Amino acid sequence: MTADPPAPLLTVEHLTMRFGGLVAIDDVSFQAADCEITAIIGPNGAGKTTVFNCLTGFYKPTVGRLTLHHPQKGDILLERMEGFRIAQKADVARTFQNIRLFAAMSVLENLVVAQHNALMRASAYTVGGLLGLARYRNAESEAVERARYWLDRVGLTDRADWDAGNLPYGDQRRLEVARAMCTEPVLLCLDEPAAGLNPRESQELNELLLFIRDEHRIGLLLIEHDMNVVMGISDHIVVLDYGRLISDGTPEEVRADPAVIRAYLGEEEDEDLPPEVARDLAQQAGPAEG
Amino acid sequence: MFKEAGLTALVVFGLTFGLVGFKTHDVPGGLTILTRFDQVAMATVLAFVGRIAQVMLREGRAKPVLAAVGPFTLLVLTALLLDAFAAPDTVAPMAWARPFTSPVVNWIVLIIATIMTGRAAWALRHGLAGAADREAAMDRVGAKVQQAARYLGPVLLAVAIILPFLPIADRRLLDIAILVVTYIMLGWGLNIVVGLAGLLDLGYVAFYAVGAYSFALLATNFDLGFWICLPFAGVMAATAGVLLGFPVLRLRGDYLAIVTLGFGEMIRIILLNWYEFTNGPDGISGIPRPSFFGLPFKRSAPEGVETFHGFFDLTYSPLDRIIFLYYVILVLALITNLFTLRIRKLPVGRAWEALREDEIACRSLGINPTNTKLTAFSIGAMFGGFAGSFFATRQGFISPESFTFIESAVILSIVVLGGMGSQIGVVLAAVLLIGLPEFFRELQQYRMLAFGGAMVLIMVWRPAGLLAHRDPTIRLHGGKGVREGPT
Repeated sequence: MTADPPAPLLTVEHLTMRFGGLVAIDDVSFQAADCEITAIIGPNGAGKTTVFNCLTGFYKPTVGRLTLHHPQKGDILLERMEGFRIAQKADVARTFQNIRLFAAMSVLENLVVAQHNALMRASAYTVGGLLGLARYRNAESEAVERARYWLDRVGLTDRADWDAGNLPYGDQRRLEVARAMCTEPVLLCLDEPAAGLNPRESQELNELLLFIRDEHRIGLLLIEHDMNVVMGISDHIVVLDYGRLISDGTPEEVRADPAVIRAYLGEEEDEDLPPEVARDLAQQAGPAEG
Repeated sequence: MFKEAGLTALVVFGLTFGLVGFKTHDVPGGLTILTRFDQVAMATVLAFVGRIAQVMLREGRAKPVLAAVGPFTLLVLTALLLDAFAAPDTVAPMAWARPFTSPVVNWIVLIIATIMTGRAAWALRHGLAGAADREAAMDRVGAKVQQAARYLGPVLLAVAIILPFLPIADRRLLDIAILVVTYIMLGWGLNIVVGLAGLLDLGYVAFYAVGAYSFALLATNFDLGFWICLPFAGVMAATAGVLLGFPVLRLRGDYLAIVTLGFGEMIRIILLNWYEFTNGPDGISGIPRPSFFGLPFKRSAPEGVETFHGFFDLTYSPLDRIIFLYYVILVLALITNLFTLRIRKLPVGRAWEALREDEIACRSLGINPTNTKLTAFSIGAMFGGFAGSFFATRQGFISPESFTFIESAVILSIVVLGGMGSQIGVVLAAVLLIGLPEFFRELQQYRMLAFGGAMVLIMVWRPAGLLAHRDPTIRLHGGKGVREGPT
């Protein structure tokens, strides 16, 4: 791998996804490094979520190779795995654009369910648990401790026994991140984690993501429209437009890339704008588009 | 107001004119038609007045409603009590205050009037309760009952245990009790599939049938006893569950319901047509009765075998066998319940509930949806199979007639009515659903109509089931309070 100093965690090569005649992703290749936050941005319909769905096994890519360079388990080819095995064996966790919590279950239960596979082994696939063996009881209290750790992190300890569906929106977003982290992933994929958050909440989210990167030393992959979040915390940005990769680099490089500005603002509109306004917008790398 | 009341009265009149107004009556030499227009008129008038009271209540004028309905309630109550305690073959006083000739209908009128009085009194004291308030109040009641279940459960259990020895326990009551407990067990079994895993199964009776036939065929062909066959029947039913589970794993909701419905019918039709194996519509008879550790419940046993009453030096009573059957099904049902309560707190149980909530999220967390669904299907089926072999040994005769779709529907109603996933709700619903038709027996052919009406009413008032309240399986803050957070 011809990678920059931080070791690559994920290599996407020639990823193409077709739905019938529609090409959602067209020959996209990029790398995401370990212990870095990689953001995937692009206008609506650019294929960002499709990339995520290929990575996490919800779609089978038409063409392409997705290699996870797992720090402990070596290289794993994600495109060959069934959906749930990617989370189970390759330790890739994800959150969803439209929050998918277990609404009728409590906050704590959501976090314990996330540790399903470890607990299944500890309960000897239910038999030991039915008999009430100590091994399962210990594993369960460990699971609760891990859940408590993440609850402290996202500030939900007091609401641990609430139904997840009753939480305010911002709390649900953070709980989803906590739930994904409870699976102990090496790569965490976040699909628009800041959508619908107010500025204070999105600031808290930034801090949480930086904490995960720095303290837990894992790679994060992020789809986001909120440029404050993207520019504020990303180490590396990948820009998609109409399923094609149009830019790939550090935030500064991407911000200055004319192709990105074109994708976000459109060419014709550029001419109508007064030059100083266009320059300001370019500096902001485009407003959060609607 | 009068328009609405008039409409209601018209509907009631239309419904009762044909159904209640005429009655065929046997007279020597043919049938005559009796007319009962007085009853029709009474129903129409009561509907009219009742609707006016209801509308007034909704508009907040509780005082006149209370003033009118309260005395009416008391009047009917007194008249009905007088009638209930009157010596047979005499007409109790105050016959004019009994609106209908049928006591059951009168009691239903009384119940409705009591509810209305209660609501009027409540509205006077606390102001008008909106639908949302009522819903919240009912949810609190559900939570309270769930909490009380910890005390209620043992009490119910104690009642269930001493039931055969109560003075009221006769053959008929015990038979009904066995029936109710069988349905409680089936409800608890299906609750695993529908209530916990959220897989809508309309063909649960198939597993009941597989269990019953497995036991019946093993017992009659190989001369095996009930207790040896019971595990086999469970395994066979669980296997059937896996067989059904595999092809339908991708399906959810309505589609799954249709396939399971088809599966249930398939099993029944196979049993009906595979004459050489299952004896077809003739059924299987001579299924052995369960024995008490090898001691049969018979008046006299064959050479070398001691009977139950002989061994314990009791006088022979045919009721012994019924009591024993009652305890067998009670123990089987309790095992189902304990198993469910236990497995809810295990990873697989939590995964079932998570799967019910969101399958996609489950996959993203590395939960294998295939295996999880299969375990739910097969474990639910296993308990259905146990119940089936009990059914076979109790009846001594089984035929495909016993495993029609209506059985599945009744079991599913028990689960839905009780509140999905609620164990004590299943008990309540089974007592209501199996007990109510017995209670309504006096209504003759309108029995099922009344039954259906009661179900509609419950579903209107409590769409999520009677006791739809879920407690977390694990808590961080140990508190056992009512549901925390905004409700």
